[in-house]
Amino acid sequence: MAKVVAVTGNEACANALRQVNPDVCGVYPITPQTDMMQKYASYVSNGKVDTEIILVESEHSSMSACIGAAAAGGRVVTATSSQGLALMWEMLHIASGDRLPIIMPVVNRALSAPLNIHGDHSDAMGARDTGWVQLWSENAQDAYDNTIQAFRIGEHMDIRLPVMVCLDGFIISHSIERMEYLEDEEVKGFVGEYKNFLPLLDLDKPKSYGPLILPDLFHEYKKAQHEVMLKVKDVVLKVAADFEKLSGRKYGLFESYRLDDADIALVILNSAAGTTTDIVDGFRARGIKAGLLKPRLFRPFPYDEVAEALGKVKAVCVMDRSDSFGGYGPVFMEISSALYPLQERPVLINRIYGLGGRDYLPEHGEAVLNELDEIAKGGKVEKYKEYIGVRE
Amino acid sequence: MRKIFRRPRSLKSAPFRYCPGCGHGLLQRLIAECIDSMKLRGKTIGIAPVGCAVFAYNYFDFDMLEAAHGRPPAVATALKRTMPDKIIFSYQGDGDLAAIGTAEIIHAANRGENFSVFFVNNATYGMTGGQMAPTTLPGQRTTTTPEGRNISTSGYPLHVSELLSTIEGASFIQRVSIDSYENILIAKDAIKKAFRYQIEGKGFSFVEMLSPCPTAWRLSPKESLEWIRTDMVREYPPGIIKDKFMENN
Ligand SMILES: Cc1ncc(C[n+]2csc(CCOP(=O)(O)OP(=O)(O)O)c2C)c(N)n1
Repeated sequence: MAKVVAVTGNEACANALRQVNPDVCGVYPITPQTDMMQKYASYVSNGKVDTEIILVESEHSSMSACIGAAAAGGRVVTATSSQGLALMWEMLHIASGDRLPIIMPVVNRALSAPLNIHGDHSDAMGARDTGWVQLWSENAQDAYDNTIQAFRIGEHMDIRLPVMVCLDGFIISHSIERMEYLEDEEVKGFVGEYKNFLPLLDLDKPKSYGPLILPDLFHEYKKAQHEVMLKVKDVVLKVAADFEKLSGRKYGLFESYRLDDADIALVILNSAAGTTTDIVDGFRARGIKAGLLKPRLFRPFPYDEVAEALGKVKAVCVMDRSDSFGGYGPVFMEISSALYPLQERPVLINRIYGLGGRDYLPEHGEAVLNELDEIAKGGKVEKYKEYIGVRE
Repeated sequence: MRKIFRRPRSLKSAPFRYCPGCGHGLLQRLIAECIDSMKLRGKTIGIAPVGCAVFAYNYFDFDMLEAAHGRPPAVATALKRTMPDKIIFSYQGDGDLAAIGTAEIIHAANRGENFSVFFVNNATYGMTGGQMAPTTLPGQRTTTTPEGRNISTSGYPLHVSELLSTIEGASFIQRVSIDSYENILIAKDAIKKAFRYQIEGKGFSFVEMLSPCPTAWRLSPKESLEWIRTDMVREYPPGIIKDKFMENN
């Protein structure tokens, strides 16, 4: 039986972790993630979980501790944001290269310099190539549901990969929303007992994690990582189908909103997608066929399915809340790669919005849709990449 | 009329926005007063990392460089070596210096780098909301140790000044407290001495300052000063911990 609650995104994720009751949790504070791990520390103190929490001295150590615990055969979690994720970078590659299914909510925040504590996607986009599975969440409900599903995805015997669950700093981590919790037993039943795969220590089958592998085999090792990523999509869909049976909530590789017959569309991640559905409705009411695509699984990226969903649209704007300076926004690059194989494809533009907590307002999305409307009618593209919502 | 008291030239006119009873404003004012009285303002560059130190450049009226969490000693090393005639100091919290940045401070001290470090020990991570730091006292309640720090799982309070005093390269290490007017004067002398050692090329100088954090400690400003006197100084006794040049002040 679902329980309706009013909680923040951080609390929702902390509660999901409590319901799973992992063996080990690395704890280190960073805004805006801090109160998620703090909440978890209070569960430990109150005897609500029997997790071993390790209060480490940095995120570098936190991810290292998680690697140790996961190699020992434990179910392991931590959470971070921004600079913390950046400091983990070295270890992120080791966690995925060692195929350790560590689960980590990432509360998205801008990267320094200049220093800023507010939300954008630079942190997780910077970790895009680290070999972690990435699920993105629009609101607290998504973040909670994704966190629970992440265990099943990462720990799946065909996958065994670490998973990041991304949610927007402050906008989602700190605002209180109405959402639904599953019962503890339902979550426990859904994620199941942790199954070990080659844990340390096993004297019958001695092994090493992540040893030196030189040019003779390294290339093959990485190809294996590439190949396992190809299997993730199906597992994500299967886990989502099971989750729907349990919760009634439907998840896919991405979410389409009024996209089937759309002439123009926005692609936008996370919390801004909520605002955008409203904007889309406004355009539809005026007879303009607008739509929206909200990615959920960003790594591995579902190229074929996205191409299928956007292929018939006339003009698409990919909205990025981070920038690959000197290139296009990271989401744009994926959408562009997805659409390239099509014979006929939408005109594609890229707009950068909302960096370092700059608000995404309905008029921002509206202006972009108006621009797309002109382009769809044969208008010229003024600029392929541009920043919007910039102060004069 | 003769003016006998004014805001230090090294402080901007911005009012301190730290929590009531916080030690940071007081310590930054002391540093500013010392820089003024030693006539160093024209050649001083400060380094502040994240933590509540992050606001220092709103207040200090000289150039400041922001460093990532824990990295000021490495940044200061390079600044000083590039500009040996400038006065370089870092201003770091205990979360910054004694947790995430432990490696940097040890190696800067070991190389005997000629800059000054002001180390604000408030026994917690103040900025992020009062979590356990390595300097947190046994049994001290924090948001990550709601039942009090348990030494069997989280270790003992880290005595950074004593640790650094074992390092050959460190020249001057003093621990001060700012719980009373008398102790504030001692703190001020220690700050001046640290700067003086740097000016005289005597190498690594380090002042640890026991500083109140009423918000994280869940105490009133007055109770916080009392807690420094009763609990903190027992764990972290003030005094000169190392002076390679054996100077009397
Ligand atoms: C790499 C990294 N991890 C975590 C943080 C979050 N963070 C900001 S301030 C802080 C603790 C600061 O504590 P302390 O140095 O004791 O300073 P205080 O605020 O108590 O003065 C932390 C963990 C960060 N900014 N960067």
